[in-house]
Amino acid sequence: MKLLDPTSEQKPAQRERVTRPQSLDGLTIGLLDISKSRGDVFLDRIETHLAQRNLKVNRYIKPTFTRPAPIELQQQIATECDVVVEGLAD
Amino acid sequence: MSTHSLIAVVKQDCPTCTLIAPVLRQIGKRDESLAVYTQDNPDFPTGIANLIDDTGLEHSYRLNIETVPTLLRFEKGREVARTVGWHRGDWETVSGISPLGADLPESRPGCGSKSIEPGIAEKLAVQFGETVLAARRIEVGSLEDEIETCFARGWSDGLPVVPPTEERIMHMLSGTTRAPDELVGIVPPNYNKCTVEKVAINAVLAGCKPEYLPVVLAAVETALTEAFCMHGLLATTFFAGPMIVVNGPITREIGMNARVNALGQGNRANATIGRALQLVIRNIGGGVPGGIDRAMLGNPGKYTFCFAEREDDSPWESLAVERGYSPDASTVSLFAASGVTPIMDQASRDPDALCRSFAACLKADGHPKHANSPPPVLVISPEHTRRYADAGWSKTQFRDTLNQYLQLPVAELLEGVGGIPEGIRTKDKKTIPKFRNNTLHIVRAGGDAGLFSALISSWGGSQSITKEITP
Repeated sequence: MKLLDPTSEQKPAQRERVTRPQSLDGLTIGLLDISKSRGDVFLDRIETHLAQRNLKVNRYIKPTFTRPAPIELQQQIATECDVVVEGLAD
Repeated sequence: MSTHSLIAVVKQDCPTCTLIAPVLRQIGKRDESLAVYTQDNPDFPTGIANLIDDTGLEHSYRLNIETVPTLLRFEKGREVARTVGWHRGDWETVSGISPLGADLPESRPGCGSKSIEPGIAEKLAVQFGETVLAARRIEVGSLEDEIETCFARGWSDGLPVVPPTEERIMHMLSGTTRAPDELVGIVPPNYNKCTVEKVAINAVLAGCKPEYLPVVLAAVETALTEAFCMHGLLATTFFAGPMIVVNGPITREIGMNARVNALGQGNRANATIGRALQLVIRNIGGGVPGGIDRAMLGNPGKYTFCFAEREDDSPWESLAVERGYSPDASTVSLFAASGVTPIMDQASRDPDALCRSFAACLKADGHPKHANSPPPVLVISPEHTRRYADAGWSKTQFRDTLNQYLQLPVAELLEGVGGIPEGIRTKDKKTIPKFRNNTLHIVRAGGDAGLFSALISSWGGSQSITKEITP
C-alpha cells in the first residue's frame, strides 16, 4: 500500500530514528537479556565496562526470546532508562 | 480496409443490453468492424465475432462510458458519433445500417456503466488515468498496519486518521472544481506552501466527505489571512485555537449540525471540517504542541471546533448577513476560540432583564477586572432568542442594549482594587467597555429546549474573518 504524504515533505521519506545521545553521561542504561543462550555473558561484560565509567545500569530479562517483551516490561524499561542495549543472537 | 469502426459497450446485467443483443449480432453480420466490449460477463452477448473482455473496465474508462449500451462510431481513429441506451433512429444513424431491431420497441433507456459505480471511478482514474497528484508516496510495509503508520509518521492529532490513499484523495478532489496544484496559501509556523491537493490529503486524514472540501478550503484560506494571525494563535500560551462558524445553504446541503449539541460531538461534517483545518496546520505548517504550539493547557476544541449557525428559523439576521453577505451565500467565519463557558438564565422574562443577566456573565470573560478584552462569541440559544423575538427586538437593539450594560466602572477595575493586583491602569475615564470597540460576535445555535447560552472567549491577537465558500 502507498500513502500520499500530507506534510510539507521536508523530512526524509524514510522514517527517522530517534536521535542518538551525544554522550552517555548522566543517562540510565538498560541491559536487556532476551533469554537467549549466553546473552547474559555478553551483557555481564558490557555492565562491567559501563560500571568502570560510573554509569547507572539496570538489568532486565525477557521471559522468552521467541515473543516480544510483555507490555509491562516494555513500559518499565521505557520509564526507567534513557538507552537500552540488548543481545540479539547467540 | 474500411476507414471507420464501430464500438459497442454493454453489460449483461442491463436489461436494455440483453434486449438489443440481437441488434448487435445484426450489425456484426453487416459490418465486421464492430467490436463489442462487455463489462461483466465476457461471454455476453453470444454470436459476436469481435467480443472483447472489459471486466477490468479500462476501455470503458478510456472511452468515458457513462451508460450501457453505448454505440460509438470512429472515422480514421477519431470518435465522430455516439448514442447511449437504445433509440432505433440513433442506432441506425451511428451504425449506418437500417432497419435495425424491427421487432424491438422504439427506445429504451440504458443502465449505468460499471466504470462509474461509486468508488470505482476513482480506482480507474488512479489505475488508468494520468496521475495528477504530486505528493510524495510513502510505502507502507506489508506487515505494517496503515493506521499505525499514520500515527508513527506523526500525521495524527492523537485520534486515528483515515489513511490517505491515491483513490481516497482523487475522490476527495472530486468535491472541488479547483486544480490540485493550485496554491491555497502559505501555512505557518514553518511557512510551507499549501496546495489544494495537500488540503485534500489532510481532509482525507480528518474523515471528510468530498462535498465538505470547499468548506475546508475556505476555512484554510481564512485561517491564512494576515488579520486572523494563525501563527500567533498557534504559538500563544493561551487556550485558543481556530473555530469555524459556517453560514448559508451549504450547511443544510452537507448536513451540518446547528441544533441539539451543536458545539458537541456526533456530526461528521462539524467534526471533520474543524479537524481538517487543525491537521493542515499540523502537517503542512508543522505546528505541533510542544513545538511552536506553546499552549499552556489548550482546550478540547483544538481537536476540532466547527458548527453551523441555526439561521433557517431565526428571527434575526445571521452573522454572515451582518457582515454583508447575502443569505444565499455560504460562508465560513473564523474565530480564535478558547473554549465554552455556560451562561445560565432561566428566570428573566423580559428582554432588558436578560441583557443585564448576559452582561453580568460576560463581564467575567478572562477576568472580571479586565476591560477592552478581545471580542468573544456569544452563542445565543433559540429559547433565549425567543425572549427578544417575542418582544419585537432586533439584533441591533439587543446588541446595543447589551453593550450599554457592558460599560464597566473604571474605579472597580483598577489594579489592587478588591485586594486583587490584576486590573487596569486607565484613570482618565469613568467607564470603559468590557469588549474592545464594543464588539461582540453573536451567533444563534442549539437545540429547542434550554434557557442557556454560551460565551466563547477569544484571544487578543486575532481578528475574526469571514470568507465566501466557492466550489
